[in-house]
Amino acid sequence: MLKLFKIAVRNLSRYKRRTLLTSSLIAIGVMFVLVFIAASGSFKYIMISQITDSMLGHLQVHKRGYVASIDSLPLTLNLSEKAEKKLEKTMEDIPEIEAFSPRVKFGGMFSNFIETTNIRVNGVYPEKEIATVPLFLSRIKQGEKHIKEGEILIPELLANGLKVKVGDTVVVIATNRDGSVNGKQFVINGIIESVTGPGGRDGYMHIKDATEILRMDEMEISEVAVRLKDFGKLNAVSNRLDEILSKELNKQGKPIFDVRTWEKLSPFYNIARMIDVMTFFIKLMLIAMVLVSIMNVMIMAVFERIREIGTISAIGTMPKKILSLFLIEGFSLGVLGAVVGNILAIGIVFLLNLVKITFNFGRQSGLVLSPSLNTGDILWISAIVIIVSVAAALQPAFKASRMEPVEALRHV
Amino acid sequence: MSLIIAENLTKIYTMGEIEVEALKSVSFGIEPASFISFIGPSGSGKTTLLNLIGCLDKPTSGTLKVADINTSDLTRKEAAAFRGKNLGFIFQDFNLIPVLTVYENVEYPLLIVQNVPAEERKSRVISLLKTVGMIDQKNKYPDQISGGQKQRVAVARALVTNPRLVLADEPTANLDSKTAFMVIDIMRQMKEEFGVTFIFSTHDQKIVSEVETFYPLQDGTLISRTQEKGGRHA
Repeated sequence: MLKLFKIAVRNLSRYKRRTLLTSSLIAIGVMFVLVFIAASGSFKYIMISQITDSMLGHLQVHKRGYVASIDSLPLTLNLSEKAEKKLEKTMEDIPEIEAFSPRVKFGGMFSNFIETTNIRVNGVYPEKEIATVPLFLSRIKQGEKHIKEGEILIPELLANGLKVKVGDTVVVIATNRDGSVNGKQFVINGIIESVTGPGGRDGYMHIKDATEILRMDEMEISEVAVRLKDFGKLNAVSNRLDEILSKELNKQGKPIFDVRTWEKLSPFYNIARMIDVMTFFIKLMLIAMVLVSIMNVMIMAVFERIREIGTISAIGTMPKKILSLFLIEGFSLGVLGAVVGNILAIGIVFLLNLVKITFNFGRQSGLVLSPSLNTGDILWISAIVIIVSVAAALQPAFKASRMEPVEALRHV
Repeated sequence: MSLIIAENLTKIYTMGEIEVEALKSVSFGIEPASFISFIGPSGSGKTTLLNLIGCLDKPTSGTLKVADINTSDLTRKEAAAFRGKNLGFIFQDFNLIPVLTVYENVEYPLLIVQNVPAEERKSRVISLLKTVGMIDQKNKYPDQISGGQKQRVAVARALVTNPRLVLADEPTANLDSKTAFMVIDIMRQMKEEFGVTFIFSTHDQKIVSEVETFYPLQDGTLISRTQEKGGRHA
């Protein structure tokens, strides 16, 4: 086999320019695909991190039916204290869960005593919220980076619209689940940056203030955001949690809880899927490019060496060895293209990281693209290229191996 | 016992609607360790006959036994294995593999066809290259040596597997007279040394004088009985 490799490599070096052009074409294709995967992967990672680490959490648990009405933040679909305790106990028993943050969400009126507008508010336990969405504090653009009782963090659009600033006193008025209205004064302790996605323009207050405004006799929770130790285990943990919680039934015998990953809560998931679809089609283009270029070269190689094939066949070379010889040539071209392409891609990704390309997404600006190549992508793309190269060489190789020696020797 | 027995060999080529009878009911027998030539003008059927003996082609009718094997019955794979084990080929255009050196060209059948161990391979290749006088050129590529040298390498490649029969189609056609005689001499020397049967085709009357036996062919037919000749060295 080693000798066949040696002969195959020598055959490739016989037409240096053609081999160089073909392998360059493959290398450039591999490079572009890997750089695209690295850049789009970085974009996806940044976006997912922004969404999950600054607001949404990796997954959320609601009372069944809440998500369908999430725009109206229905207080009637909050989880009871008893249900929330069960949920907390369940999550504490799952080692893959790093932190979770119960939230009371409601819609209300926000007034600076001159003007009034509507506001969506999250009542949170500050420590639990920060542990669950660690980028939360980085969203606070003005004021102090904490949430104390009697203070409120308001979204920057609201602050701009009502011309309020840190330290101002405002009033939040809300209707509770029984229909009675209550209000409470707050001091603005911070202006929070908006982010793209559901809840990205909400205000924040301490959960005790939220229960006070809503006049809750016992704690009721709208949602629990959950952070995992390993984001890669998202689906596994989600399924496990769902399986455990699905055993908790209400009086009608239906499950109480509804477990959803970020993918089912954020519209960005569709963008992420589009990026995946684009990546898939770019990989298809690479496959087509490799297939056509290798097949072209190998068809030419067989055509130019018909007499030679006749000679080696006449002196007793078995058809399968002739087949192997040409397959190895295709394989070697693929390997050469893949290796050079990988090296180029690693170099370009390194340069992109040096240059530090920034971009804006929604209201977030100055996000730095940090493309990175993982071994899996490199191996996967290389494997695709090499397999396609061998597949492309198959037809010409088969033709060569099936050639009648007497006809091949007669070829001029 | 004859090495080759041909009975009523007929070969018809079909080209479109035209049928060409390249060999017409040819019969002959060849003994082991012979030095034989099929002679005749272009289109007489020499190459067709060599192709049939070399299991490169199959007769349309008739039987052909080479080394007790009815070669008409062999499959593609069996024919390739038979050629690799029993036959050596020398071509008019030398047909050396251009990406292999002289040494590697001679080594090729042992390495790729017969899977001979490295040590034995080396000793057989070196020995044959010495015999054909090409040992000093062993690291050169075919495009770096002359036509005569190429044919000597081709002779070494044909003999390196210790075949029972070497088939040479117009081996001297592309060589000048002096080189042609030299190549024929080497072939005869190999025949004497290894007891190999050499069959070659030629239309060159000067070369015919060098063989022990020749079979004249015309229009696909053996036109006279086998003629015995002594050759220069007889």
